[in-house]
Amino acid sequence: MEPYQIYGLASAVLFVIGIAGLFAARHFLKKIIATNIMGGGVFLCFVSFAQRDALAFADPVPHAMVITGIVVAVSSAAFALALTRRINQLTGEESFPNDK
Amino acid sequence: MTDLPTSPLPALLVGLPILMATLSLFFRTRGKALVGLVGCLLTAGLSFIAFAEVTRRGTLIHILGGWDPPLGILLRMDPLAAVFIGMTAAVGAFISLYAWWYFRAQESTGGAFPLFWPLWLFLWAGLNGLFLSNDLFNLFVTIEVIGISAVALAVLSGKVAALFAGLRYLLAAIAGSMAYLFGVALLYGSTGTLDIGLLGQALEPGPATTFALLVITLGLMIKTASFPFHFWLPPAHSSALAPVSALLSALVVKGTFYILLRLWTEVFGVSLTFAAGQLIGLAGAAAVIWGSWQAFMQTNLKLVVAHSSVAQLGYLLMIFPLLVLAPGVTAGSADWLSSAWTAGVYQVMAHAFAKSSFFLSAGIIIMALGHDRIESLRDLATRMPMTVMAMGLAGVSLIGLPPSGGFMAKWMLLKGIFLSGQWWWAPAVLAGSMLAAGYVFRILRLAFAPAAEKQTWRPVPVALQLVALLLALASFLIVFPADYLVQFLESSKIFGSGVETIVEGGGDGNY
Repeated sequence: MEPYQIYGLASAVLFVIGIAGLFAARHFLKKIIATNIMGGGVFLCFVSFAQRDALAFADPVPHAMVITGIVVAVSSAAFALALTRRINQLTGEESFPNDK
Repeated sequence: MTDLPTSPLPALLVGLPILMATLSLFFRTRGKALVGLVGCLLTAGLSFIAFAEVTRRGTLIHILGGWDPPLGILLRMDPLAAVFIGMTAAVGAFISLYAWWYFRAQESTGGAFPLFWPLWLFLWAGLNGLFLSNDLFNLFVTIEVIGISAVALAVLSGKVAALFAGLRYLLAAIAGSMAYLFGVALLYGSTGTLDIGLLGQALEPGPATTFALLVITLGLMIKTASFPFHFWLPPAHSSALAPVSALLSALVVKGTFYILLRLWTEVFGVSLTFAAGQLIGLAGAAAVIWGSWQAFMQTNLKLVVAHSSVAQLGYLLMIFPLLVLAPGVTAGSADWLSSAWTAGVYQVMAHAFAKSSFFLSAGIIIMALGHDRIESLRDLATRMPMTVMAMGLAGVSLIGLPPSGGFMAKWMLLKGIFLSGQWWWAPAVLAGSMLAAGYVFRILRLAFAPAAEKQTWRPVPVALQLVALLLALASFLIVFPADYLVQFLESSKIFGSGVETIVEGGGDGNY
């Protein structure tokens, strides 16, 4: 098995763990961490394709895209955390009211 | 693609709103609103100039910084993009004017919300960027810009209900864009390119392509609030401020539909099967019935309007089964393709105008009454005839009665359905219209009923009512240039094209 195939499979597993966590977890923080795990899977998938064709050098484009993707993921997560904190300050809730 | 006429307009359409948004951050409350409004009007003006330029010169491109496509970014404004940008500008300009008077009227009670303006301009830049983008990663960046500014707008009021709805919206949006990005990674891995045009040629059917199609479609369906992923839309759209609800419903959800339409017709031709088209059509039909029924059952005006959005977005998905051709049918003999495309474009426009008008009217009623319980709408016709007129006209367009834009969309959809022989979609379209008539007339009946109890009606600026009425009228006026508009769109490469089903060789597409 080529290394990039192992990475590809690992990324799919991470992605599925993330999705499952997003739906199964109730606590806001767990949901946000789940989206980060999804993101980790996607970025691993991108990076694993950089060296697939046994090229002499690694393809730089996936890395550029992953950096942009990480920036976006970090800002989304920060925004979600800010919303969570505000909700917690106003109501003391840590999960959505109807799925307790 | 690089031999097309070049113009700086596409870059300006993205750059100007970002510049004005940043500029407005340097001002205090009043100044922020003023700079914001000027920015909105300038962007709208620029969009109309760009639209006129495309009608005159055809598809325009802009290569950012002079770096050629494989490395740099190419913005492409073809007739389809021009129509979406023009629609955004028309609806956006009206909503901006409404927002100006809306926040002004509530300034004394702390309801000025100056941050609306920079966020709305960032959102507008994201939308324009989305319509102009020609590669998948750029599209990802624009949907993130749109998603984050849309959620920030949705929670602007700071109320607890809006925060819960906003967080739910944000989590759904992140999941959707991560799924989309996963598909993009797979496509890049199997072809080495992200350019929409090149991908369409280079893509080969296989498990990786089919999986990419699946996750991209699911991701975009979450962001378009398609059935069964619509759960986040009604709370988020109904708990936002009036101008924000109008923006979210009229424009934001259309962006991801536009990507879906482009990717299905331009990129995924090789791995789409007839069954895939039927499946997405089924999601659309379910959304039409379920959304309309839920709208009928609500007791708050804004929730009625928000559930109606779920239903109206369902019609958009129902054009996909018509675009995917059955085995043995060629695009040349499929005479319904043009009808289906016209139905899609008209449904987008009619819904944008009618729904924004409806949400703005709901905002007027909340301003007058302090709440939006449907039971309290009694006597509305004598108190605010202009708003009732706007709701009536917008409602007629949502139901699809002639001569509204909604009628045009549903008529063309039915025409496409019968010409293609896929008659099983027709009952859903008709039932959706019946249920829409139910929820619209339920509101209008109460508006004309005599008052049951004494209520205090606070005064509402006439300008607000006028903007809502003009938007409702616009959902009728778009029918008049229909011939010209369809002719213009037909010069777009993909308009009227279908996706030919792979009978052999694409065996992995049968999910």
